[in-house]
Amino acid sequence: MTAYIIRRLLSVIPITIGVMFITFFVFRVVGGNPAYRIAGKNATATRIAQISHERGYDKPLFLNFRQFPRHLLDAQFPQVCWKLVHFDFGESVITKQHVSTMLLEGAGPSLCVTTPLFAIELTLGIALALLAAYYRGGWIDRGLVLLSVMGMSVSSLVYIMLAQYWLASQWRLFPVWGFESPRYLILPVLVGVIAGVGAEVRFYRTVVLDEMYQEYVRTARAKGVSSRAILFRHVLRNALIPILTNVIIAIPFLYTGALLLENFFGIPGLGRLTVMALFNFDDDVVFATTFIGSILFVLFNALTDIAYTWADPRIRIK
Amino acid sequence: MSADDLPRATFAAGRPTDVIPAASESLWRMAWRQLRQNRLAMVCLVILCVYTGTWFYAEGVYWTAKIRGVIPNYKISHYEIRNEPPSRAHLLGTNFAGRDNLQQLVQGTRIAFEIGLLTSVIVIPLGFVLGALAGYFGRKLDSAIVYLYSVVASVPDILLIMSIAYVTRSAVDRSPAMQSVTRYIDSGLLAICVGMGFTGWVGLCRIIRGEYLKHRERQYVLAARALGASHGSIMFRHIAPNVAHLIIINFSLRFPNLILAEVVLSYLGIGIANEPSWGTIINDAKQRLWLGNWWELGGATIAMFFLVLALNIFGDALRDALDPKLRTAEAKTG
Repeated sequence: MTAYIIRRLLSVIPITIGVMFITFFVFRVVGGNPAYRIAGKNATATRIAQISHERGYDKPLFLNFRQFPRHLLDAQFPQVCWKLVHFDFGESVITKQHVSTMLLEGAGPSLCVTTPLFAIELTLGIALALLAAYYRGGWIDRGLVLLSVMGMSVSSLVYIMLAQYWLASQWRLFPVWGFESPRYLILPVLVGVIAGVGAEVRFYRTVVLDEMYQEYVRTARAKGVSSRAILFRHVLRNALIPILTNVIIAIPFLYTGALLLENFFGIPGLGRLTVMALFNFDDDVVFATTFIGSILFVLFNALTDIAYTWADPRIRIK
Repeated sequence: MSADDLPRATFAAGRPTDVIPAASESLWRMAWRQLRQNRLAMVCLVILCVYTGTWFYAEGVYWTAKIRGVIPNYKISHYEIRNEPPSRAHLLGTNFAGRDNLQQLVQGTRIAFEIGLLTSVIVIPLGFVLGALAGYFGRKLDSAIVYLYSVVASVPDILLIMSIAYVTRSAVDRSPAMQSVTRYIDSGLLAICVGMGFTGWVGLCRIIRGEYLKHRERQYVLAARALGASHGSIMFRHIAPNVAHLIIINFSLRFPNLILAEVVLSYLGIGIANEPSWGTIINDAKQRLWLGNWWELGGATIAMFFLVLALNIFGDALRDALDPKLRTAEAKTG
């Protein structure tokens, strides 16, 4: 078991290298020398050479064969990786701030939106799924499933626009834009829950129903346990295993933030930061967010598998 | 329904998990029979047919104009009637350039289907072949492909789609060789399809790999190998027909998400530039909603809603019908 855990955690390394390779490839190789974009349209050749030298864009891309073998790794890609490993994220070409400060400043607002959103969505999703599963086949179940699918069929952009237009602008229940007090968070969270809860209900309903047709449920029913007790004491406890894994896998996305919500409601979070960086070819910011995002993603993926084996003794790892 | 069809049909309806396929009855016929009993799925199928008809009509309009070398009707501006509310002449009103909103939505249907098709042209071969190779051969090839898709899955989706789309678009716009392609396909459309295609194959690849892992140990594969069939022939002629239904399920569940993703991509400014897609219509309507112009956003939302809804429900029903493993007894028919 320990060997398995270590192996899983070590898998973070090659995958992160691969992710960085793809990101690097897109931003430095295909995108060309970023100095041209930093310098602007009317830059002189000397200015571009200067920026290239300062930021290391004039070095070979992957391996330095010109100074083989002593400075083989004196090239762009190894240096990007080397800096990231030391959590030295460089500075943004747009704002001239340290990327680490930008990430720290953005994490707060992002978490302010995503954490309540995630918690409410999860509780509501599981509650409605249990309700649907309890009345399976009945009109409550059918209605809930149909409503969930209908909710999933509207673009989240439309939800945001309608909420901003009616709830915020026409009825003046909430502020439209900004990030000043908790009141500003209500509307983004509400919209996020409405847009996302349908998929959750459908997923958890399937999970609960899969458990409901197991042998142990039949046994419990045969010995006279009430259907409510079966649902909460037997089925829910077993269904917790897939629910748990689903929750763990979602945690990294709390950090990456909700891009659309942040943009529309003016929340200075990480989702917004990432997209701005993408548009401005702010490579240090993109490398840093991708690096952290992918490490979290792979790490929590591994944790999911570990949690699975821990929570369910039936699963044995070779 | 013929007379001897009847008893088996009722049997299938009563206990779907216990149906043992008669030798002459294919998976597809069984699935169709089960689907036919699902009234909601049938309604959705009719809706899908209506949309497909609209799509063909829109293609007709588009290609007629293209071949004749004229600007199609839906692209001609009438500034004297811009932003008009619904009327008898324009059932859904007109947009900022005085173009009929209904015609724009009809063309949006075409774009939606084209996105689904073009993306699948990339996703299906890539996901299927890589999944089949990984599952069938195992060992190092498997590790390599699993590594590849783990990496692709670990890059934030939006980053990969945006950068691939951006790169594709600038490459297509620059190269003279691609001019012959972009004469027929909008370069923005091509770009987002390539972007979503190269990120979307992971799911299909995983499923197909899992199936091949199972199937390569089956009796019929061993028999084919004993008879001297080549690896290629076993993979694509013997096993492939047994997993082909998964491609259709995967497609019908992926299609609605592509339509929704296109809206977000349009919002981010990477999307279709010269054709009216639902995403661009919704994004254009954004500011005008504040001026009380609801028909533009409403029309696009409703057009999208019914297609995505029908695809979602029909996709689920199709999965239940085609994949007996997932048919957890009465659970899914509820």
